[in-house]
Amino acid sequence: MAEQSQVYGSSNIGEQPPSSRPYVPGFGAWGLRLMAISYLTVFIVIPLLVVNVQGLRFGLDVFWQSISRPEAVSALTLSVTTSLVMTVINTVMGTLTAYVLVRYKFPGKTLFNTLVDLPFAIPTLVIGVMLVLLYGPQTIVGKFLQQELGVRILFDTPGIVIALLLVGYPFVIRAVQPVLLQMDSNQTDVAQTIGASPWTTFRRVIFPIIRPAMVTGALLSFARSLGEFGSIIVVAGNIPMRSQTGTVYVYTQVEAGNMQAASSVSMVLLLVAFAATIGIDMMNWRRHARN
Amino acid sequence: MREIKPRSPLALLLIGIAVLYAVVLFAAPLVAIIYGAFKDGIDPIIETLTDPAVLHAFEVSIGLALGAVLINTIFGLVTAWVLVRQKFRGRGLFDTLIDIPFVFSPVIAGYAMIVLFGRGGWLAPPLFPIVFALPGILLAKTFVSLPFITREVQPVLGALSLEPEYAAYTLGASRWATFRRVILPELWTALLYGIVLTFARAVGEFGAVAVVGGNIEGYTETATSFVFRAMNDRNSTGAYVVSLILCLVSLLILFLMNLLRRRMVVSRG
Repeated sequence: MAEQSQVYGSSNIGEQPPSSRPYVPGFGAWGLRLMAISYLTVFIVIPLLVVNVQGLRFGLDVFWQSISRPEAVSALTLSVTTSLVMTVINTVMGTLTAYVLVRYKFPGKTLFNTLVDLPFAIPTLVIGVMLVLLYGPQTIVGKFLQQELGVRILFDTPGIVIALLLVGYPFVIRAVQPVLLQMDSNQTDVAQTIGASPWTTFRRVIFPIIRPAMVTGALLSFARSLGEFGSIIVVAGNIPMRSQTGTVYVYTQVEAGNMQAASSVSMVLLLVAFAATIGIDMMNWRRHARN
Repeated sequence: MREIKPRSPLALLLIGIAVLYAVVLFAAPLVAIIYGAFKDGIDPIIETLTDPAVLHAFEVSIGLALGAVLINTIFGLVTAWVLVRQKFRGRGLFDTLIDIPFVFSPVIAGYAMIVLFGRGGWLAPPLFPIVFALPGILLAKTFVSLPFITREVQPVLGALSLEPEYAAYTLGASRWATFRRVILPELWTALLYGIVLTFARAVGEFGAVAVVGGNIEGYTETATSFVFRAMNDRNSTGAYVVSLILCLVSLLILFLMNLLRRRMVVSRG
């Protein structure tokens, strides 16, 4: 990439245009800018405003009341806890998978690497249907888990976590992989030569380099999971206080015409998701500032 | 990092864990759905595939996903252009806004559209209905797939050299001709990649579409909402067959993504 920008790049994103080209927006430029701004306003700014205005329409007290209903609290808690559990597992397994994909040659690796993106391409509702077919009470796997181990997957928390693990699978891998690819092998070689164990090499040499990418992937998958709906409604159903997540709660309230409840819980979900993404932005910004 | 042959037991163990995890997570459900679709023989499959409700659902899904692709291609290109080439106050803010559909729950987006365009809504349309009708689904699909094209095109456009463009202007090419003949050829691969991602996201969307469209059979029912209804109606074969088709479509999409990514690697050196 560094060489490329020397050959091609007389301008990079975020840089000033070269001084030889004084920038004067013409008539066409204003038209394009207006198009871009209206597009983002119509599709993003207005929906954002709508949810917040609708949620706070009758004041903070009503907002507070509607998010402190037991069903709402339970739904929000379930969303956040299942997303957190997913994020922890996904970060560990995603980093491991990214390392294996970058470091080792093995048969079927190209296919594996392609299939990593499957959750980006497959409808999440279909992911839910697949899990029902695998873990349903009539299937071999589902029967075994329930009768022998006493674990209920469907209509319960484990099913939600498994669905989220599928949905969030690519995020950490695709964030960590490019960083590992760019890493200099000499550093790990040197560490091994002077007698560091593989674990020490990972902890002291590799981990510090990939940590920002790991956090980015983790936060993205966390934010994505909070909003997940299709797979969860199939896998977990819609049992209030038990398997109803935040988004399923919002869906139920919209269906029932209860807009205040829908808006308030939506606002909390959006706030948590934004906090996660703002975390990513701030991290990137700090890293840029340091370099 | 250099690629090496795994020799140590630790290396084999790590590969084993990664592969096993992927197999348990993905391969097992994929096998389960193939089994589920075929377990009652071929007749129910044919029955499902000739069911007018199913065909209509696929028409709605694919037609409106293509509509969303069209809208997002035109406006996404313009947005990428404006964000890379123009400087104005608030540009950073707009740049951040683009990613919002990635974290904005589709259900909540659908709900916002009901508040806006529904009966008695803030902007209730006087002429034709949006909510519980096809225009609403188009809007929902456009929203959820909005970031991809801008985000794919933006970095390529930003890394583009300005010299060929100046040369074209010097030779007397118009702005449009320069864009079409000089800039667009450089953007094609990234744009196509963005289009494929947009289509995949738009065709598979369920949450936003279910809220805005209301899953009216034979009208606003999409392929994914058909699966949802079939699951609830215990029409399990129908649900499994349509799910399997959607799986195959997504494998095709994955294949295209892979092809385009290789071209990008080649063309970017």
